[in-house]
Amino acid sequence: MSRLPITKTPKVYVGGAFIRSESARVFPIKDAVGNFFANIPQCTRKDLRNAVEAAAKAGPGWAKRTAYNRGQILYRLGEMLEARAAEMTDAIQLGGATRAAAAREVAATVDRLIYYAGWADKYEQLLGNVNPVASPHFNFTVTEPMGIVGILTPDDAPLLAVVSLFAPAITSGNTVVALASPAQPYPAIVLGEMLATSDLPGGVVNLLTGFRKELVPTFATHTHLRALSGVASAEDRKTLKLGAAESIKRVFLRSAEAPIDWFADSAQSLYALRDTLEYKTTWHPIGA
Amino acid sequence: MPTLASEKKNARSGRGGRPAPELIFGDLWEFDPAPETADPKLKSRYDLFINGEFVAPKSGKYFDSINPANESKLAEIALGGPADVDAAYQAAKQAYDKVWSKLAGRERGKYLFRIARLLQDRAREFAVAETLDGGKPIKESRDFDVPMAAAHFFYHAGWADKLEYLAPGARVAPLGVVGQVIPWNFPLLMLAWKIAPALAAGNCVVLKPAETTSVTALKFAEILQDAGLPPGVVNFVTGAGETGAAIMNHPIPAKVAFTGSTEVGKVIMRSLAGTEKKMTMELGGKAANIVFDDAPIDQAVEGIVNGIFFNQGHVCCAGSRLLVHESVAAEVLAKLKNRLKVLRVGDPMDKNTDVGAINSKAQLDKIRELVDSGVKEGAELFQHACRLPSKGYYFRPTLFSEVTMSHRIANEEIFGPVLSILTFRTVDEAIEKANNTPFGLSAGVWTDKGSRILKMSNELKAGVVWANTYNKFDPTSPFGGYKESGFGREGGRQGLLDYVNLV
Repeated sequence: MSRLPITKTPKVYVGGAFIRSESARVFPIKDAVGNFFANIPQCTRKDLRNAVEAAAKAGPGWAKRTAYNRGQILYRLGEMLEARAAEMTDAIQLGGATRAAAAREVAATVDRLIYYAGWADKYEQLLGNVNPVASPHFNFTVTEPMGIVGILTPDDAPLLAVVSLFAPAITSGNTVVALASPAQPYPAIVLGEMLATSDLPGGVVNLLTGFRKELVPTFATHTHLRALSGVASAEDRKTLKLGAAESIKRVFLRSAEAPIDWFADSAQSLYALRDTLEYKTTWHPIGA
Repeated sequence: MPTLASEKKNARSGRGGRPAPELIFGDLWEFDPAPETADPKLKSRYDLFINGEFVAPKSGKYFDSINPANESKLAEIALGGPADVDAAYQAAKQAYDKVWSKLAGRERGKYLFRIARLLQDRAREFAVAETLDGGKPIKESRDFDVPMAAAHFFYHAGWADKLEYLAPGARVAPLGVVGQVIPWNFPLLMLAWKIAPALAAGNCVVLKPAETTSVTALKFAEILQDAGLPPGVVNFVTGAGETGAAIMNHPIPAKVAFTGSTEVGKVIMRSLAGTEKKMTMELGGKAANIVFDDAPIDQAVEGIVNGIFFNQGHVCCAGSRLLVHESVAAEVLAKLKNRLKVLRVGDPMDKNTDVGAINSKAQLDKIRELVDSGVKEGAELFQHACRLPSKGYYFRPTLFSEVTMSHRIANEEIFGPVLSILTFRTVDEAIEKANNTPFGLSAGVWTDKGSRILKMSNELKAGVVWANTYNKFDPTSPFGGYKESGFGREGGRQGLLDYVNLV
């Protein structure tokens, strides 16, 4: 008699815990050949608000970690993903990718994490500086994380795009609430399980699954989200920018209509870090 | 003759808790008038500046620019409409495509150096014009606004041929044409903050000055002509809110930059929501100026006064909320009151004037309304009964003590010479109160303890932190806010980055 395997109940990773949607709603996903695979939580506005609250709680502690420590934790996340590459490759293959293509995406994602891990204790030296003011003052500009960043991920590259979008934000001490691709949500579910074992404090990265049309309006108007980044359709970009105006959110959205090569070197940059940083300039007199 | 306020020894020496002896100068001496008399060389009527020439507005309409110090008409200013804005943008685009984008950075820089020098040459004339048009004391326009504007051009001039060093690891390219709308509190300086980095980065500009303070922008256009700046690289369209909306909503600009109120900033962001335009927003503030018990109190008092009464408090980063450590609150308040008594309020053209005219009737009404709310809500008002000129818009420097966080005067931007004083007991309480506002432009910290300064600087959610100083500015020093005080920076390397594309 063959053994019946235990299937996994997909849960989203929010506030360091694995939860179902408060609405108890789910939507089914199929595997590459069209058979039922699992039910995915269909998160609500309330789930989003709860995730923002979790991100707010985690924020100050995460931002106060030393840059060295944040770098090591990102590196640790890379280790976790590398070690569980086979599992993640399976997850990406659900969307129809070939084994080779899925493996390539996992490898590129690990490399992206290592790239940002290395930035953690360096970006400040390039983005900030001392300013030679024409008065007897010591004046310096440093960066600070903006706070909580809302991230909308695209449909393609369901793992690499998510990581490419949240890694620069958390490297500098922001916390994030990200909505996974509704078309291919499963890699984000598995990623949550790796985040949970990576020394990353709970609440720093919160990954929701669900539908954009339900959640975009709340991403737009939630005043505790200080920035919005990611990829969105023209209509969603307008909704997000209209909502952002109410609390002067920073918006860095790319167009869903134009293809993005997430594998390219240009998909990672010092300036992706800069997008979710504020500059602070401090003056102090020199002299007795 | 100076008199002694108290004959007893310093209260801190432990003798009976009496106030410290102080020299009070105040009203004991009449100051002779010391009017600035340089010729501002004003024209009676100013046209729009488009494509290198002064042109009449298509509507044929003009509005009056009023001297707020005496309510007299200073000049007529062209009322630009959408057709004028379009003409300005077409000129800017032509200039960008055909001339400016093809010019080597070194040559662009030379134009900016020339502009800086020509402005320095005519500094006094511009200072007088600025004071007549806006009401700020001549000593401020002469010693701050105009020299700082020239300095901004000089600083950015040198960047024009060094842009490859601006963003390590990335190449930068100009954005194209940018639209800019500036406020009335520092008319020429805000123009410099906007134009200098835009041109250095290789962009062309359409700018609208504030309707009450257009004169120095149009005088500045004369300098652009004298400098030989190619026509269309910088264009000025004057007018009020509708003109500003036309500047913001025109399809040509790749970026719009706005300095003004948070309210208008939100309107602009909404109106641009369906576009891919870049933006920077320099909006309102309600800065906390925090005085700890170990601060050098006399210097702090000077900093508090400078923080809130500089430019009649028409400063987005004004230190309008004073947070004082409870144990020194009485001492600070007493010293502030004394200091208020010797502030000279009146004719902005007098070289001794500390606090000049409120910029407009509308602004004066707004200040009065908020001050009335402070009294009604139970805060304690202090004003010195100084004589004010019979004509013109003036408001006495005002202190409110016994202010609580729920008062409107502790939350809303007054943009006038009104200081709200709150107290705190612990460092954490000071941080909590300072950050408890939707704004985040600037903050001040007064303490003798270095580690506390660095802690406060870390914790305060503000783009500029002045420690043991206040209201200091420099072209090399980025300025701009957190939260609802806007985004983007002006000045320094970080400010220039907001005028380029990374490619």
